[in-house]
Amino acid sequence: MYVAVKGGERAIDAAHAWLAEERRGDPSVPELTVAQIREQMTLAVNRVMAEGSLHDPDLAALAIKQARGDLIEAVFLIRAYRTTLPRFGSSQPVDTARMAVDRRVSATFKDLPGGQVLGPTFDYTHRLLDFALAAEGAVPPAAPTAPAADEAVPHVAGLLDRDGLIEAEAPDDTPAPDLTRSPLELPASRALRLQALARGDEGFLLSLAYSTQRGYGRTHAFVGELRIGMVEVQAELPELGFAVPIGEIELTECESVNQFKGSRTEPPQFTRGYGLVMGQGERKALSMSLVDRALRWRELGEDFTGAPAQDEEFVLSHCDNIQATGFLEHIKLPHYVDFQAELELVRRLRAETMQEAAE
Amino acid sequence: MNQLAGGFHDPAIQSAHAFRALLEAMARPGRIHRVGGALPPAPLSVAAGVTVLTLADATTPLHLAGAADCAAVRDWIAFHTGAPLAGPDQAQFALGTWQALEPVDRFPVGDPAYPDRSATLIVEMARLDQDGPRLTGPGIHKTARLSLPETDALRANRALFPLGFDLILTCGDRLAALPRTTRVEES
Amino acid sequence: MTVQDYNFAYLDEQTKRMIRRALLKALAVPGYQVPFASREMPMPYGWGTGGVQVTAACLTPDDRLKVIDQGADDTTNAVSIRRFFQRTAGVETTQSTTGATVIQTRHRIPEAPLSEGQILVYQVPIPEPLRFLEPRETETRRMHELEEYGLMHVKLYEDIARHGEIATAYAYPVKVEDRYVMDPSPIPKFDNPKLADNPAIQLFGAGREARIYALPPYSRVVSLDFEDHPFTPSRAEHACALCGATDSYLDEVITDDRGSRMFSCSDTDFCASRQAGRPDGEGGA
Repeated sequence: MYVAVKGGERAIDAAHAWLAEERRGDPSVPELTVAQIREQMTLAVNRVMAEGSLHDPDLAALAIKQARGDLIEAVFLIRAYRTTLPRFGSSQPVDTARMAVDRRVSATFKDLPGGQVLGPTFDYTHRLLDFALAAEGAVPPAAPTAPAADEAVPHVAGLLDRDGLIEAEAPDDTPAPDLTRSPLELPASRALRLQALARGDEGFLLSLAYSTQRGYGRTHAFVGELRIGMVEVQAELPELGFAVPIGEIELTECESVNQFKGSRTEPPQFTRGYGLVMGQGERKALSMSLVDRALRWRELGEDFTGAPAQDEEFVLSHCDNIQATGFLEHIKLPHYVDFQAELELVRRLRAETMQEAAE
Repeated sequence: MNQLAGGFHDPAIQSAHAFRALLEAMARPGRIHRVGGALPPAPLSVAAGVTVLTLADATTPLHLAGAADCAAVRDWIAFHTGAPLAGPDQAQFALGTWQALEPVDRFPVGDPAYPDRSATLIVEMARLDQDGPRLTGPGIHKTARLSLPETDALRANRALFPLGFDLILTCGDRLAALPRTTRVEES
Repeated sequence: MTVQDYNFAYLDEQTKRMIRRALLKALAVPGYQVPFASREMPMPYGWGTGGVQVTAACLTPDDRLKVIDQGADDTTNAVSIRRFFQRTAGVETTQSTTGATVIQTRHRIPEAPLSEGQILVYQVPIPEPLRFLEPRETETRRMHELEEYGLMHVKLYEDIARHGEIATAYAYPVKVEDRYVMDPSPIPKFDNPKLADNPAIQLFGAGREARIYALPPYSRVVSLDFEDHPFTPSRAEHACALCGATDSYLDEVITDDRGSRMFSCSDTDFCASRQAGRPDGEGGA
């Protein structure tokens, strides 16, 4: 007797054992430690923290190890863990103007208060494989250092704002919505859109942002500035009644300055797109700021041209890689009941068509 | 009574049992279920207390009507559920006798796009029995009977479908439910 | 064995309350999709996270849980979900349809009639019956609000014009209590008649799409059709090769590469019960 997919329990146990073996690889090669991943695969750790929406480098490193380096699988592990954590409260908004910057570049002004800080970037590396890295044990020579400038690092958009050249952004005390605690409802506020994009898949946002550059919802973006560094996180403790620092996190922030000739409702001025990502996530922050700007067509009185990046429902419904990968991959689950129903339908329709043709 | 007392001592298990009774009640209008595990302060019935503990929390505005709106009940609900107290027009749950809840058209009946955004009224009853008006509709095999507080307002509520409020009727340690879909006729 | 680090049935109490409130409203507005704050579960979206959340919110330690996928208790995803609840809720499990108090299912309604006291939980991939006619949630919500189902009727009618019949074999849309058009999840249309007037509570959970909906017992559920083209449930015209049943839904199994095939019941408990000579649906332990 043949019956499909019997012995499911044994198959699952065997698959898990095999998976664990594959994860470890050749046991004669030393096992990776979580600390090694955290310290030497930092950008992978950062991506898992950002898309997993949980700032914990050790857990992100563990997830990467467990996921055999599959970053979306690692994000999934972090998300599934995060959802079980109790909520003690919300932090105060962080002040990125007070960021201790490791990197800060502006594409709009040659020099500006706070200066241009290149920081640890791949930008001007020649992409030549460094075979010296294949040899283990070498510690790179120390990078030259300079004393930290005492100077404040004001936002470029703020400098433009003083001259009235960029759209004003009024402070808003509306409590931030929480995408993980209430179902997405459309149309979404900008805060909710940004939250979705911050958790969204880097590759999806990159492609959308690229599409705006090629004319699908073009927004004429300049990088007003991109900054990476540590910011202090504060939270108000009910017992104290005021906010106290609870730690520091690394953030990447990008503000785009977009040329804007004015619309039916707005005067000519520069407009803004915004990206903020946990950890070092430069590509993601840049992409996010372009997509944010493209999604703002309605509030700026622009036309909807049908570009994917302008389409809020399309972008927000499809940017989450955990939702996407789950649904995509579920099609490998058995579907023989629905397939059987289709099979029977197609056979009947074919038989009818053949018969008609014969008559 | 101490405001700390009278809550669930094993919330995950007790609320699971209580919810199952509420689910069966809402699914089968007219059926009466026994619940337990909570001892709320007077004048709340055990069933009303269990319902509040099972369904209400800091995200669900609650309206206390009439005698239920007393310090002991307010403290107990604040301590055990954190549910914010609200006026009738903001209430997701409302709790009191039918007389105290009247006029019941004060409560949200949902939005045409979101008919679920409507109030659930927890109605404290002096008597809850399977007699009285005849009930028909989803969840009812042929007909059922239930000692309802009145019929006109419930018929008016039925006419709003898919909008409308829903009732959980409580008496001692027993409860029944009447969703907006139930058609009510005087016997 | 239960996993001590997690709450009973995995979900925290606040999440369960949120789902429970949605379930009660779903019963009060049959066929209407209630938005809920679906949580990220430790299994992928699309693999039953909606059904799992609904089951977790309904389970008590006294329940006997049955989990089926494609009608079978031992398909891998059914095994995985059943194990999840054994570990996190410690509930008794069963393969018997009549012996179960809660049945979580993907793509089938069991052959054995259900009874009062039972809950059938469906895993739903796309809860919106109008989604493939109109992809925008903002539009379909308005269509449900205005009871504007013309688009669906046009689609079904076009099928008849082109194919002589409605070319939908599974996830066949139904109208509930003369109000909401509902997707019954991708069950074969053979199962549609069992949706109506069923003594059990039927609950539908769509995790990724964050929607819950319900059919109270004995609900009026009508498969959409036209007077001159009435709805017909259909099945392969064969008898089960294992138990001989001629009234059950069948899997087609290809047995060699020369076109040989056999048909057997998709409902493994039903089939095993008949083979063992027991009354329908009182099969495995």
